[in-house]
Amino acid sequence: MFNYNFQWRPVWRSLPDLFEASLVTLQVAALAIVLGILVGLVLALVRMNMRGPARWIATAWVELARNTPVLFQLFFFGFGLGAFGWHLTPFTIVLVGLTFNSAGYLAENFRGGFNAIPDTQLRAARSLGMTAWQAYTRVVIPQVFRLVYHPITNQMVWAVLMSSLGMLVGFRELSGETQFLASRSYRIFEYFAVTAVIYFVIVKIILLVSRLLAMRLFRY
Amino acid sequence: MIEIRDLHKYFGDLHVLKGIDLDVQKGEVLSIIGASGSGKSTLLYCINALEPIQKGRVVVDGTDVHAKGTDINRLRQKLGMVFQQWNSFPHLTALENVALAPRIVKGKPKAEARDIASEQLRRVGLSDKINVYPSALSGGQQQRLAIARALAMEPEYMLFDEATSALDPELVGEVLDTMRLLAEEGMTMICVTHEMGFARDVSDRIAYFHQGVMEEIGPPQQLFGNPHSENTRKFLAKVR
Ligand SMILES: Nc1ncnc2c1ncn2[C@@H]1O[C@H](COP(=O)(O)OP(=O)(O)O)[C@@H](O)[C@H]1O
Ligand SMILES: [Mg+2]
Repeated sequence: MFNYNFQWRPVWRSLPDLFEASLVTLQVAALAIVLGILVGLVLALVRMNMRGPARWIATAWVELARNTPVLFQLFFFGFGLGAFGWHLTPFTIVLVGLTFNSAGYLAENFRGGFNAIPDTQLRAARSLGMTAWQAYTRVVIPQVFRLVYHPITNQMVWAVLMSSLGMLVGFRELSGETQFLASRSYRIFEYFAVTAVIYFVIVKIILLVSRLLAMRLFRY
Repeated sequence: MIEIRDLHKYFGDLHVLKGIDLDVQKGEVLSIIGASGSGKSTLLYCINALEPIQKGRVVVDGTDVHAKGTDINRLRQKLGMVFQQWNSFPHLTALENVALAPRIVKGKPKAEARDIASEQLRRVGLSDKINVYPSALSGGQQQRLAIARALAMEPEYMLFDEATSALDPELVGEVLDTMRLLAEEGMTMICVTHEMGFARDVSDRIAYFHQGVMEEIGPPQQLFGNPHSENTRKFLAKVR
């Protein structure tokens, strides 16, 4: 019947490697979110304020990012572009893929956020002599940022979890590293069980940090 | 001095202001009354270029507001505006609300901007609310905050667009008192208002707007006591 012999020792010995790989995961996810916020903001502003090709591109971006599997999006930047002779490193594939995806989701959150701020806020700011740039950066966007703060946190969690797809394009982040170590020692279950716990802890830490940061940032 | 000449404003096909001619002298308090939809708010927006115009001119102290080369952000510093919806910036404390524009528009040092802000908050009776966020203020307090915020730019003119219309009745008085105080200090003011008592007491002149036309203008006694226009008469009969 069930006579699988658990052997945890190889996993414990690999912990330093797994932690190092966790940092890679965090790094790529955090970078993707920072870029995703910037690009998502631009996509939202383009969709709200522009016409013609720029708007079509932004809309297509958002639609593709939100309505196709993330794995396909990674494969596109990996094998898809590769077919045209454009070879990205595994790190870049994952970074670009996750940025593409996060930007698409965050763009919609930003759009909702902007729509929730009454026009009168902008008018009030402009009536004080602020330039459009000042009115947006000092009055509108800080309010939008609060509205999209929790969606951004969620997106960060998603980016950490989705980055595990990186192992399918040869990226040695946490999952890729786990796969590598597990196949070397044949302790597949033990390795992935421990890595699952590591993911869980990372996510809980992100949520905690986000909550603490929110208490400092949003006093109103 | 504000000079408005043959001002026409359209929203698409809708002809909202149909040739307004109006001068407002330094130190004058002008109230504008009229039915909703008659173009009162739009006129204020055309004065500080929050709305573009299609024909005519608005000249403030010799500067053509809608001319191409006009530095509108600079001009707006002269033209304080208070809106019907009080529009406090919810992410900033009362002090920060007032200090923001002096700091980033006028480039005042932080400490000076704070001094200006607390001085203006004192002027509108909000000294004890300096570090409070707008969500903790009543509508009347938020509207006084909006007045302080506009005053902090040291404007030479103040435009009030139904500053008390969105307030609960018991909060109207404190805002009107603040406006009265400003008028007594000699501020040049254009007040769109439904408060006939306030208009009568404070204004040098009152203008009645009717369907995009300035139907009648004159001192309060004349406009209320002996209106020339039949439309003015009808309007006043309705609101009193
Ligand atoms: N942004 C806008 N777009 C289209 N129509 C507008 C806009 N603002 C005002 N209007 C129209 O212009 C007319 C005058 O409006 P407004 O100046 O707000 O009147 P009042 O302040 O006297 O009530 C109204 O018919 C109103 O519906
Ligand atoms: Mg109005």
